Amino acid sequence: MSTPLLEVRGLRVEYPARGWGGRRGSVVPALHGLDLALDDGRSLGIVGESGCGKSTLVRSALGLVAPSDGEVRWRGWTVDTRDRARMRQMRREMQVVFQDPFGSLDPRLTAGESVAEALQALEGVTDAAPTRQRVSAAFAAVGLDASLASRYPHELSGGQCQRVAIARATIVRPRLLICDEPVSALDVSVQAQIVNLLAELRRRDRTALLFISHNLAVVRHLCEEVAVLYLGRIVERAPRDSLFLAPRHPYTRALLAAVPDPDPGEAARRSRAESPTVVADRLPAAGGCPFSPRCPLAVDRCRIEPPELESTGDGAVAACHRWRELPTAQLD
Amino acid sequence: MAQAPLLAIDGLRVAFDAEGGTLQAVRGVALDVRPGECLAVVGESGSGKSQLFLACLGLLAENGRATGSACLDGDELIGSPEAQLETVRGARVGLVSQDPMNALTPHLRIGAQLVEYVTDRGLMSRSQARARALELLGAVGIDDPESRFGQYPHELSGGQRQRVAIAMALMPGPGLLVADEPTTALDVTVQAQVLQVLRRLREGGLTIVLITHDLAVVAGVADRVAVMYAGVVVELAPVAGLFASPRHPYTRALLDSIPRLDAPADRLSGIEGQPPGPHERIVGCAFAPRCRQARDQCRRSEPAPQAAGESVWACHAPLPRGWTT
Repeated sequence: MSTPLLEVRGLRVEYPARGWGGRRGSVVPALHGLDLALDDGRSLGIVGESGCGKSTLVRSALGLVAPSDGEVRWRGWTVDTRDRARMRQMRREMQVVFQDPFGSLDPRLTAGESVAEALQALEGVTDAAPTRQRVSAAFAAVGLDASLASRYPHELSGGQCQRVAIARATIVRPRLLICDEPVSALDVSVQAQIVNLLAELRRRDRTALLFISHNLAVVRHLCEEVAVLYLGRIVERAPRDSLFLAPRHPYTRALLAAVPDPDPGEAARRSRAESPTVVADRLPAAGGCPFSPRCPLAVDRCRIEPPELESTGDGAVAACHRWRELPTAQLD
Repeated sequence: MAQAPLLAIDGLRVAFDAEGGTLQAVRGVALDVRPGECLAVVGESGSGKSQLFLACLGLLAENGRATGSACLDGDELIGSPEAQLETVRGARVGLVSQDPMNALTPHLRIGAQLVEYVTDRGLMSRSQARARALELLGAVGIDDPESRFGQYPHELSGGQRQRVAIAMALMPGPGLLVADEPTTALDVTVQAQVLQVLRRLREGGLTIVLITHDLAVVAGVADRVAVMYAGVVVELAPVAGLFASPRHPYTRALLDSIPRLDAPADRLSGIEGQPPGPHERIVGCAFAPRCRQARDQCRRSEPAPQAAGESVWACHAPLPRGWTT
């Protein structure tokens, strides 16, 4: 078996607790022992609500936060920020696109300079002619008119800035592109353009993709496999079709049910049938399944005994005591 | 005969003085909000959807100017004195924005904010206000309103804050609630919950204007939908007809851009190009440069609104009708 491109083993990340109630030295866990693997050329979606640990996962993969336990491996190498040479190489091979298209570009650099900067910093390309050539190729690849290279971020729309950010990330031909909510801040029509662009770039370069989003419908368009995170734990991981056609975890079902249906008749029917699963106010359980306070199927066992991830068939895993009892016919 | 509209907007224009000339944000909008309906106003960033209603409430930025007319229950709002607009904002129209922290004061307890919002202006007594606040918190689905009364905004989740902001906007008993992107900053599950609250309020007889960039969220809430593009309403129709058979190519394109759970997962259909910038002088139909149906006429003359039944669209080459209301 080949080594995964990115592998996360038993990853636990804790942040120091702040605020009035927190004792000195107390910690808040953001990730509770996560296991994930992404093979070269493949795409994995990470889905969950705010606070589920999606962004902490991205930061750990980039070596920006240190794990409290477990490890992150990049092509078999345990990420170690002290090994500067390897870190440098990893950062060239692993590029990120963030949610806020304006915030991720330097306001004092033109779009072209921003993209060229990545080339200089990561590949040491400084000569004017090859830089110009590569930058204009990168602009063309993301569907940006070359004339926009001389514009500053504030002179561009959100979608254009996001294209610049993608050009900057892909100009060095990374093995892995990490996208952290790259379309959440964009208008729907522009969102579709960016999703299509990412799909095209993936087809062209066979770049692996780690795509973080709270929107399952977008993930479905881009990812071959999806992991659903809830309060720092994976509750379900499955190939695209089994996740969308036969979700095993009640939380996955709640997320799918919450995607607004662009069909008035269907939306009205669904709103009448809306289950209390959606209620997000309740506090997480102290022991037992973290989802149990919100789960319509929770029984006593769920409140006491935390479920482990187990195989549910078709290459999928889910952490639910009751997945076998869920009807298999899906989301009508 | 249709009921008299609660809010009647006509020939409304909003412009901003800026460096390098005037920006036209709203370029002549006629729109009625009927009593008891939920009217969704949908458009992308810069379409003028928010400015349209901010203008009605006298909340434009310093350099903004509104002309035309907007009558709330017969009272003209455009150009009316600040004192009158204050009454409108304070008692007759509730406004909820994208970020609930704009409405909530971080250092005051929830209960005090809701109560003082009305008692400070002598709209009701403290005991009346307290009773109403508890009732409204229950109505927006806040568990155990009594204990929430003593909490601060930071102790609530984003979705709870947004629902408290809705309850606060409803405290004076306004006839109209304007919700400007109320779910955009929220998780999908929480969004579903807030939409459910709006649906229930609408069933309780409240008139709602729901401003959003996301057509998908309006399907389950709105009675009618107005689609805005570059400062004009390009289509207005009952929700079922608009989704089943839109007449304007922009509406069709917006519908096609929505990522769906039930469509083939290959390619999303976006809209190529971008809307005109606010500085651009628009000749003809503003959507023509991005429109697949565009003909010469579309680039020369601005299409006038055409009506059939309940639907209105502004297009020289409307899509065929496949739906009758």
